[in-house]
Amino acid sequence: MNAASAMSTGDLTRGAPAPGRAVRIAVKDLNFYYGSFHGLKNVNLNFHDRQVTALIGPSGCGKSTLLRCFNRIYSLYPEQRAEGQILLDGQNVLDSHVDLNELRSRIGMVFQKPTPFPMSIYDNVAFGLRLYEKLPKAELDVRVEESLRKSALWDEVKDKLKQAGTGLSGGQQQRLCIARTVAQKPEVILFDEPTSALDPISTGRIEELMEQLRDEFTIVIVTHNMQQAARISQYTAFMYLGELVEFGQTDKIFMNPTERRTQDYITGRFG
Amino acid sequence: MPGHIVSSYDTDLEDLRRSISEMGGVAEKMTSEASLALVRKDEILAQTVIAADKRLDTLQREIEEKAVLLIARRQPLAVDLRETISAIRVSGDLERIGDLAKNVAKRVMAIADNAPAQKIVLGVRHMSDLAEGQLKDVLDAYASRDTKAAHDVWARDGEIDALYNSLFRELLTYMMEDPRNISFCTHLLFCAKNVERIGDHTTNIAETIHYLSTGEIFMGDRPKNDASNYATVEPAP
Repeated sequence: MNAASAMSTGDLTRGAPAPGRAVRIAVKDLNFYYGSFHGLKNVNLNFHDRQVTALIGPSGCGKSTLLRCFNRIYSLYPEQRAEGQILLDGQNVLDSHVDLNELRSRIGMVFQKPTPFPMSIYDNVAFGLRLYEKLPKAELDVRVEESLRKSALWDEVKDKLKQAGTGLSGGQQQRLCIARTVAQKPEVILFDEPTSALDPISTGRIEELMEQLRDEFTIVIVTHNMQQAARISQYTAFMYLGELVEFGQTDKIFMNPTERRTQDYITGRFG
Repeated sequence: MPGHIVSSYDTDLEDLRRSISEMGGVAEKMTSEASLALVRKDEILAQTVIAADKRLDTLQREIEEKAVLLIARRQPLAVDLRETISAIRVSGDLERIGDLAKNVAKRVMAIADNAPAQKIVLGVRHMSDLAEGQLKDVLDAYASRDTKAAHDVWARDGEIDALYNSLFRELLTYMMEDPRNISFCTHLLFCAKNVERIGDHTTNIAETIHYLSTGEIFMGDRPKNDASNYATVEPAP
């Protein structure tokens, strides 16, 4: 008997997404320019509904650029432009007539360093709600509490909601920012290295939180921590020099990537 | 493959590889000397085999400790993770191979005073030669990450099983012919079984090489020719 033919391959689908998960964001032929610098080169990629997708790659590879395209935060800078399509539920967010405020309430973002506003914990969370929804006080209270609970911060701040958000610890501030994002009831949450400034315990809390948020939101996270990407995501995309090198299920990418460059990067062999 | 940015990571992995290679050398020597001691009824050689097993046990413990430390310190991924896990597995198989060779060596002492039929001892020796060849090939395949060579070893294990099966029948026949044969025949039967188990551990290593190189768990059904579970021999009328 031929040994090779008698062999069947192992099934590496543990942690696979539920079958039939819809595509929430479809990136098609996306190119991005910082002035004359070509930052993203023909990127094509799908993000699945209520799954965590990790974007990994060395500094300057374009992963944060890709994240910044989703909510068009780059449009604050006139010399930056994106070409191609980013379809959120079929609608191209790059279309010039898209209402950016509405877009950013549908696609929330959490940054590397916690960015609490210089106001009370309560007001931080209520900020966006007051701007867009004009809710009666009682209802606002409910939404603030709900958001703080979803961000696993409620128990720690419920007795000091009037105190300044900036007085919280780094990890608490980051969860406050997540609460502020969650309050808007977005469809997608973008995390740009959300734990790189946090200690391991706060990092653990944020990771635990993402696991819960995944029930409701589609999550995209940029991280430099390979183990974190392996732990919390279902899909991983590896980018290099503005190109998407490999995309696949996280288990596959971290146990047995197809591309040599992916393997060299995740195993710390990149020159 | 390019080296790691952190060069001590390469040193750690190289260290694991070297220890596995040393274990392989010891296990190979033990297997070969055990069967030689059996054929020559050489108790001194048998004692060396028994003594060598300590070194194998120590090496296995060291490899496990090194692998666990490497996981804790470096959180290996992809090919590095597979290499670390494979080192743990292979060292376990080699340690068992050493135990089995040691058991053969112990039986040399038990049967040295008897004069078992040389033909049947040579049968065990022949089986052992096959197992040794397989072990050597699989260790070479491990060192060179040669999946094809590992597959060949895997496919050949059936030959050892077939030999074991025929030895089993032969030994039963001897025992029925003359009850005075029972003692040494039983010992030889255990020796043959030990060699057959060495073949199985060699096959495990071949499967580990497949996992190491491809990232896929080996799922093939082993080529089994061991029918001794069902073998009976009727006494002559």
